[in-house]
Amino acid sequence: MSAVMLGQPTRMSHLRHVVTDNPVTLVAAALFVLIVVVALFGPWLAPFDPMASDTSQALAAPSRLHPFGTDSLGRDLLSRCIVAARLDLLLAVSAVALSFVIGATLGAAAGFFGGWFDRIVSRVADTIMAFPLFVLAMGIIAALGNTLANIVIATAIINLPFYIRLARAEANVRRSAGFVESARLAGNSEWSVLMRHVFPNLLPPMAVQVSLNMGWAMLNAAGLSFIGLGVRPPTPEWGIMVAEGAQYIVSGEWWVALFPGACLMLAVFAFNLLGDALRDLLDPRMRT
Amino acid sequence: MNPTASTASTASRPVLSIDDLSLEFRTRSGTVRALDHVSLSVGRGEIVGLVGESGSGKSVLCHALLGLSDRAARITGGAMYFDGIDLLAASERELQDLRGREIGMVFQNPRAALNPIRQIGRQLEDVLRRHGAIRSQDLRERAIASLREVAIADPQKRWHAYPFELSGGMCQRVMIALAMSASPRLLICDEPTTGLDVTTQAAVLNLIRERSRANQVATLLITHDLTLAADFCDRVVVMHAGHVVETAPTARLFSAPRHPYTGALIGATPAGRADIDALVPIAGGLPDLRREDLPACRFIERCTRPVAACAGGLRHVSVTSTEDFACANPLPLP
Amino acid sequence: MIRLALLRILGALPNLIGVIVITFLLTRALPGDPAAYFAGQSASSEAVEQIRSKLGLDRPMPEQFVAYVRDLAQGNLGESLSTGQSVATEIASRLPASLELTLVALLLAVSIALPLGVMAAVRKGSWIDQFARLVTTAGVSLPVFFTGLLLTWLLYFKLGWAPSPIGRLDPSFSPPAQVTGLYLIDALIARDLPLWWASVKQLALPAVTMALFVLAPIARMTRASMLAVLSSDFVRTARALGLRGPTVLVRYALRNALLPVVTTLGMVFSFLLGSNVLVEKVFAWPGIGSFAIESLTAADYAPVQGFVLTMGLLYVLLNLAIDLAYLLIDPRVALEA
Repeated sequence: MSAVMLGQPTRMSHLRHVVTDNPVTLVAAALFVLIVVVALFGPWLAPFDPMASDTSQALAAPSRLHPFGTDSLGRDLLSRCIVAARLDLLLAVSAVALSFVIGATLGAAAGFFGGWFDRIVSRVADTIMAFPLFVLAMGIIAALGNTLANIVIATAIINLPFYIRLARAEANVRRSAGFVESARLAGNSEWSVLMRHVFPNLLPPMAVQVSLNMGWAMLNAAGLSFIGLGVRPPTPEWGIMVAEGAQYIVSGEWWVALFPGACLMLAVFAFNLLGDALRDLLDPRMRT
Repeated sequence: MNPTASTASTASRPVLSIDDLSLEFRTRSGTVRALDHVSLSVGRGEIVGLVGESGSGKSVLCHALLGLSDRAARITGGAMYFDGIDLLAASERELQDLRGREIGMVFQNPRAALNPIRQIGRQLEDVLRRHGAIRSQDLRERAIASLREVAIADPQKRWHAYPFELSGGMCQRVMIALAMSASPRLLICDEPTTGLDVTTQAAVLNLIRERSRANQVATLLITHDLTLAADFCDRVVVMHAGHVVETAPTARLFSAPRHPYTGALIGATPAGRADIDALVPIAGGLPDLRREDLPACRFIERCTRPVAACAGGLRHVSVTSTEDFACANPLPLP
Repeated sequence: MIRLALLRILGALPNLIGVIVITFLLTRALPGDPAAYFAGQSASSEAVEQIRSKLGLDRPMPEQFVAYVRDLAQGNLGESLSTGQSVATEIASRLPASLELTLVALLLAVSIALPLGVMAAVRKGSWIDQFARLVTTAGVSLPVFFTGLLLTWLLYFKLGWAPSPIGRLDPSFSPPAQVTGLYLIDALIARDLPLWWASVKQLALPAVTMALFVLAPIARMTRASMLAVLSSDFVRTARALGLRGPTVLVRYALRNALLPVVTTLGMVFSFLLGSNVLVEKVFAWPGIGSFAIESLTAADYAPVQGFVLTMGLLYVLLNLAIDLAYLLIDPRVALEA
C-alpha cells in the first residue's frame, strides 16, 4: 500500500464521465436512435411512395413538397432515402452478425485449443488479410453471383479476420486463467469450458469491435452497390442511389446523389461514434 | 540571473534551497496535496539523501525542481532557489538554460530513460553541443572522454552502441555521464539504483560520490533504500506523505532518530539484522492525499505514540540549522 | 540484417501462395458452369464446349491448379471478352494510371496527416487537436465515392476551379511519350510544362478524394504515437538535460513516434487500393479499377479475376516492402536476430 491510489470509479460514475466529458457521445446516441427508428418504421414515415415515379416531376430541386428533391424518374428522394435506411442497416447488421458468430467461435476455439486448428484458422485469417479487402469482396461477388445475399456473405468474409484475431488473442490470454482452471477441475469438458466460461468473457471487447465494424460494413456494402453489385434498380439503397445520381452532378443536380450519400455518411458516423463511446465505457485503456 | 546576496555569504549559501514548498495535483477524483510545506537544502559538495516510501513525494519534488512537473500540478506556496535564482519565477527559457548545464538529473530505470533508437555517443554529443562552446570536430572526442570518466570500457566502440545493447549498470553510467557532461553545480539522482543488482548499485553510487566530490557538486540522492542512504550520504531528509518529517546528519539520524516514522523505517530495514523476524513492518499505508480532512500530522494514523498535542498542528523542532524534526512526541534520545 | 530480410521475404511467401490459391478458387467457385461464364452470355453451346476444353475446365481440380499456376508464370491471365485483348496486356497498360493516382494520394495524405497528428499531440487539447480529432472521426465515416462527388460538385460545378472529371487528360492534350507510364513524371522528362500542368489538374480531385479517405488512420496513429512518446521517460530525460524544444521534438520524439506509423501503412494501403476502384469510377480514371468494374458489368469474368489477383500480389509486395523498410529504420530489430 503505497502510491496515491486514484480510487476505482464505479460503473455509473464512469458512464457519467464518459457522457459528460464528450457531448459528442450524446449526439451519437441520438443519431443512432434516429436511424434505428427510421429503419424500423421507414415505410410508414415516408411521405411518398418510394417507387412511385412521376416523370413530370423529374429532377426537381429540393422544395417544401420534396425536401430532398426528386430523381430522374420523378420519385421523391426523401422517401427513398428513408426506406433505404432499412436495407442498408439490414445488410450491415446481417454481415456483421454472421461475421461475428463465425469469427468469434473460430477465433476463440483457435486461441483456446491451439495446435493445428489454431494454425489453420490463423492461416485463413492471414490469407483474407493478404488482399485489399474491398477488392476481395468484389472478387467473391463476381464468383458467387450478383445478389443481395452474396453482398452479405462477401462483407461477412472480409470482416472475419478482425473477429478471429480478437477472439483468438482474448481466448489465449484466458486459457490458463484461474477461473478456467477451476472449471476444468470441476470436471467440465474442454469445449464446455470454452463456451460457458471463456466465451462470455470475450463479449465486452468484441462488443466494441462490433459497433466499430458496423460502420465499416455499411460503407463496404454501399460501395459494392455503388459499382453495380448486389442491389438492382428500382430498389432504394443509399449506395445505388448515389450511383444513379452521379451522372447529374456535372449538370448541377446535386441532390440526387448527395442526399443519399449524406444519409450514408451520417449513419456510419453514428455507428463509429457509438463504437468510440462504447470503448471509452468498457475499456478506456484502448482509447487513442 | 537574479541579483543576489554579497559574495561573503555566497560561499555558505546552499546551492539548492527549498523553502516551505507546497504543491498539489488537480485530478478527476480530487485534489492531491502531494507536497506540504517542504523545506530542505543542499550545500556545495554535500550529498544529501532524500528517503521515504514510494508515494511520499520524493519524485514529485525533483520534477518540480526542474519545472518538469505534470500538467495538472500547481505550486500553491513556498519557494525554490538554486544558488539564489528563484526557480519558480524563472521563465521556461531560463529553466532550459539551467537544466543540464547547472542542474543535472539522473533518472531511475536508465534503459527507459535513454532514447532507444539513438546511439549513446550521439546522445552525449547532443548534450555537449547544447551546453558547451565546443567545436564540432571536438565533440566526438569529448563524448568518448565522458564515457571514459564514468568507467565505461572501450569507449570508442561503445559510442556506437544503442541502449538495448548495454546492461542496466552501463546505461546508468551513460545517464551519469549525460547529467554531468556540462559540469553542473547541482546533481539530482532520482532512485538511480532501482532495478540494478547489488554489486552494480554499489558501483554506480561510488561513481556518483566520486564525481560529486571531485567537482564539489551539491548532490541530492533520492532513494527508498535506507542502507544506501546510510552508506553514501552526509545528511538525510526523511519524507512521509508529502511532509519532511526529519532532517539530520546521517550518523545522528541512524543512531538517534527523533521522529517515530524514521524509527519505524530503520526498524523495517533488513541491513544489520540477524533474522527476518526482527524486522518490524510499519502498520497501515500512506493516507489518501485527496482527503479534505487530512490531519495536520499525516503520520498520526500509523503512529504508535500519538499524544493530544499532535492534533493541534504540525510542530517543527529545530535542533540546529541542519537538523530538525516535526513531532510533538519525538522518540527519546538513547 | 540480410538474414532478417530473407526471413521477411520467406514470411511473405505463404501470403503469396494464399493469394494465388484464393483467386484460383474464385474462378472455379462460379455458380453454374464456369465455362459458360468465360464464354460469355451470347456464346453457343459449341463455343462453351470449346472454351471448356481450351481452359481445361473439364480436368480434375489439382490438374487445373497446376495449369493455372503455369499460366500465371507465363503471364497468361486469360482473355477479355469485351475488348478481345489478353487480360494481362489490358492490366499492364492500365496499371500506371492506377499507380500514379494511388501514389499521389498517399503522398498528399502523408504530407497532411503527419504534421496534423504531430501538432495535435504537441498541442493536446487545443483547437488543432479538436480539429484533428474531427477529421479522423469524420474521415473514417466518409464514403469515398460520396466525397468524390461532393468535391466534384463544389469545385468543378460550383466554383469552376477543377476541370471536368473525364479522366487523366483533357482531350485537347495527348499523353506524353511513355517512359514510366506516370504522366507527371513523363511530362517532366519530355519537358512539356503545359502538359504536366494539365495532368496535375486532372489528377487533383481524384487524388484529394482518396487522400481524404486515408488521412484519418494516418493522423490518428501519428497523434497516438506522438502522445505516447512525448510522455515517455526518454523525452523527459532529454528535457531534463536542457535540450531545446525543436531538438527534443524532432530527434527524440518524432523519429521514435514514426515507427508505429510505418507499420500502420499496411492497413493504409489496403484502404487505398480498395478505394482506388471507387474513385476510378467516379472520375472516369482509366486504371485497372474501372477496367474491373466495366468487365463486371459486362459479365466478363476473366478480367475481374485478373484484377483481384493483381491487386492481391501488389498488396503482398507492398507489405513486404514496408516490412523491409522497417528493418532499416529501427535498430532494435537486431534484438530478434
